[in-house]
Amino acid sequence: MDWVLFVTQLLNGLQLGVLLFLLASGLTLIFGIMDFVNLAHGSLYMIGAYFCGTFTDITDSFLYGIILAIPATAVVGVIVEIIIIRRLYSQNHLDHVLATFGLILCFDALVHFAWGPEGMAIPLPAILDGQIEIFPDIVFPTFRLLIITTGLTLAIILYLVITRTRSGMLIRAGASNRTMIGALGIDIKTLFTLVFGAGAAMAGLAGMMISPITEASIGMGNDIIIVAFVVIIIGGIGSVKGAFIAAILVGFIDTMGRSFLDTFLKLLLTAESAETAAPALSAMLIYILMATILIFRPQGLFPPRGR
Amino acid sequence: MLLATAGMLAIGPAVAADKVKIGFVTTITTPAGVIGKDMVDAVNLAVKDIGGKMGGLEVDLIIEDDGFKPAIGKQKTDKLVKQNNVDFVAGFIWSHVLLASQKSALDAGKFLISSNAGPSQIAGKLCHKNFFSTSWQNDQTPMAMGQLLNQKGLKSLYIMAPNYAAGKDMSAGVERVFKGKIVGKDLTKWGKGAQLDFSAELAKAKASGAEGIFVFYPGKAGGAFIKQYAQAGLQGKIPLYSVFTVDSIALPKLQKAKMNGVMGSMMTQFWAPDLDNAQNKKFVSGFKKAYGRYPSFYAAQSYDTIFLIKSAVEAVNGNLSDMNGMRAAMKKANFPSVRGKFSYGNNHFPIQNFYSREVVSDADGVWTTAVRKVVLENHQDTYAKNCKM
Amino acid sequence: MGKATRFTLHVKIAFVILLILFLLPIYTDLTDNGFYLDLVNRLMILAIAAASLNLILGYGGMISFGHAAYLGIGAYCVGIPAYYGVDNGPLQIFLAVAASGIFALITGAICLRTKGVYFIMITMAFTQMVFFGIVSVEEYGGDDGLVIDNRSNFGSFINIEDNINLYYFILISLIVCLFLIHKITRSRFGMVIEGSRSNEQRMRSIGFDTYRYRLICYVIAGCICGYAGALLGNFTNFISPEMMDWAASGELIFMVILGGTGSLLGPVFGAAAFVILEEWLSSLTLYWHFIFGALLIMVVLFARGGISGIVTYLGNRKQ
Repeated sequence: MDWVLFVTQLLNGLQLGVLLFLLASGLTLIFGIMDFVNLAHGSLYMIGAYFCGTFTDITDSFLYGIILAIPATAVVGVIVEIIIIRRLYSQNHLDHVLATFGLILCFDALVHFAWGPEGMAIPLPAILDGQIEIFPDIVFPTFRLLIITTGLTLAIILYLVITRTRSGMLIRAGASNRTMIGALGIDIKTLFTLVFGAGAAMAGLAGMMISPITEASIGMGNDIIIVAFVVIIIGGIGSVKGAFIAAILVGFIDTMGRSFLDTFLKLLLTAESAETAAPALSAMLIYILMATILIFRPQGLFPPRGR
Repeated sequence: MLLATAGMLAIGPAVAADKVKIGFVTTITTPAGVIGKDMVDAVNLAVKDIGGKMGGLEVDLIIEDDGFKPAIGKQKTDKLVKQNNVDFVAGFIWSHVLLASQKSALDAGKFLISSNAGPSQIAGKLCHKNFFSTSWQNDQTPMAMGQLLNQKGLKSLYIMAPNYAAGKDMSAGVERVFKGKIVGKDLTKWGKGAQLDFSAELAKAKASGAEGIFVFYPGKAGGAFIKQYAQAGLQGKIPLYSVFTVDSIALPKLQKAKMNGVMGSMMTQFWAPDLDNAQNKKFVSGFKKAYGRYPSFYAAQSYDTIFLIKSAVEAVNGNLSDMNGMRAAMKKANFPSVRGKFSYGNNHFPIQNFYSREVVSDADGVWTTAVRKVVLENHQDTYAKNCKM
Repeated sequence: MGKATRFTLHVKIAFVILLILFLLPIYTDLTDNGFYLDLVNRLMILAIAAASLNLILGYGGMISFGHAAYLGIGAYCVGIPAYYGVDNGPLQIFLAVAASGIFALITGAICLRTKGVYFIMITMAFTQMVFFGIVSVEEYGGDDGLVIDNRSNFGSFINIEDNINLYYFILISLIVCLFLIHKITRSRFGMVIEGSRSNEQRMRSIGFDTYRYRLICYVIAGCICGYAGALLGNFTNFISPEMMDWAASGELIFMVILGGTGSLLGPVFGAAAFVILEEWLSSLTLYWHFIFGALLIMVVLFARGGISGIVTYLGNRKQ
């Protein structure tokens, strides 16, 4: 096998993985602590991308764009939590699925109204727009490398916050036993709002990181959110560690499927049907992975203790 | 239910024809809506340019949104045919939407005019006497590209296209003519949830060592592709050859993002904004004046659609029940087209020239494309022979 | 008292709707406006699908987020034989119901071992697998879908190439399916299903193998929805994997909730409201998804019993 290609694809898989992690970590915390199924998490990913595009336009700097867009997305998350989501915690999962499905439609229509249908390109500064030779012969786009480092750094920060700080302790307590932290006299309402806001900010950041590559567009979050759900189910709901491992795993499987499955399928099928089947089958792989894991571990790989 | 009943009561029996009704199906919502907007703008401009009348009848234009989905496109076509009782169903950006919708329009005895999509099936086996195209058959443009690549002496090529009817046709077209080796091919997910991150595919293309990369990514995917192509450092290493990808929808965004790498990249097409004929000059300057931007080829084809219909309606003096008369008139392609003079083949697809085009900067510094030379002259698609008509 | 009045108002409305449905083709024929017939056809097919989902979701408490798979399987069981020129109606319908049943049996056996949100997600995962599975089969159009040139052929029994015949075929199907579901829910079997929703532990301790009961219910729902899929394929003359998109499953859930879970006519109201709202709102504004989404949130927040609940409420108030 061509090892340059293989390593490049590993890096590509890692990049997709950390992006999924940014989405999934917020999702798994919201799910684990508030027991809330948030399909609209992908809308915050989209909102983040559009905010970043607009702020980048105004300030003429991608860096300022991101710095402004992160709190802005968090604010949107907090507002949505206070107006709508908060009223839903006491209801069942079915209501969550429906209401947040409704939120997706609202967000998509609002973005269509505010920014038009055509999507938004976000220009990168020249320094990020090129390539770096990481190892001899392995040339990788600078910006994708930045996504990997940002994602990994955030994962470390998140790990430290959760294991070393008081709020992290509350989050862990909440994920394994929700009623307990209420009994401890903690202001649950504020904690919930903050977690939701932080989750929104991370989802938004994921959107900001991908949109210079793919452009911001309406509905961009609706398909990745399903994959993010797969990630948190595989990882175990409420487990940030599980989300991280599952995200990287899914990232690798998807990328490797896209790069090598057609070569493999050509051994079994005609070249033409292999070419059409490969992308669909590689998309199918992650669902097969999830179903298999659930058969053997019905609560995912790393269920938080106490659940 | 009650609403539906109320709605039914409001609409009386069909009124006698004092209008020519044209249903236009395109994509308004979703990111692909930007293409639909260009088409609708062009159609409106055309209707304005003919004074809102053809053959003494007023033009009644009904625009419907297919939402980029075959099923919705079919539903809207059904609505146009059954509720609005239109005389012509036109539009259709996407081959799969057209394939899903064609039966509804043609079975109802309406004229169906494709303003863009040209799937191989409709050019061949499924050809129909009431179907006309103002664009091209999907394979033709990439065949011209294959010819251009042969002329340039390329030995190897990597192909990337979306995995849907047109993507397969485009790749088949270039493969049919190109004499070198195809060293790799990727068909990526399209439609709702289309794949826009091409990292894995670009890495494969790079590793393949091809002398050129051929792509077909219409609409917004085109812009995303070209950015990633540049970001991955392929620019200058594997030259880009594209069809329907670098157009006046993608170029303003690329210019804004300062993607200089696209300058000078080559494509093939039946039309360009600078094509030298009277109708095209009128169209391009009119479009720029009305909307402040260059028209895309989608717009050009849509503009032609209205003039084709006008030629039919005028030939029968507004007697819309004379289907045979209108059909015979359209077959002659006797109308001023933005592509200049052309003729229709037996399958009602144009027999026309294909040119090579290059991305250039115009007198005002705006990025556009310019015609270089004729690659295929009076070219007819290869599926015409499968059409028994 | 509440039970009796609810029954009468529901029955009154059902009777009026039935009358309108039976007379509709005469009206559309007179006014030469076949479009409303299409609209109601779609509505009735979705009503069958939603009613089958209601059987597991409303009565059984199994929140399947992948029910659209059966619509797709049923439709492809019409489309694929038709592609090879086999238009035998009874055979196609049998294939649709059998294939859906087998798929439901296999996936249900796995899914029903999980609970809560894991159940929601694993049902979705299986549907995604079917979705991508069909996308990958080039022969049947892949992503582009498949045009069905000829509808199912029922010989001299009925010719559904004619739209009005198809309409009555679907209408009768809807009535039969609803009657079937009504019978199931009122049977001992149905009681066990409802019982295991509210307290599975208790049902098990009094000796019912709840897993088996739920699995059978899951398979029945799949079969009915597969039948709806076969009708859908016939009606649209076109099938594509997009029918099985996760959003399509979400829409089915929406219809059930909007109409009111666990009531016989709820899914019919829900499907009707859904189709009519979609048609009406999209003609009003380009941004109709916003109104649609807001409405969805409102239903969840304020109208817990859905339309059926409102009808019950009105029925009670009159007393």
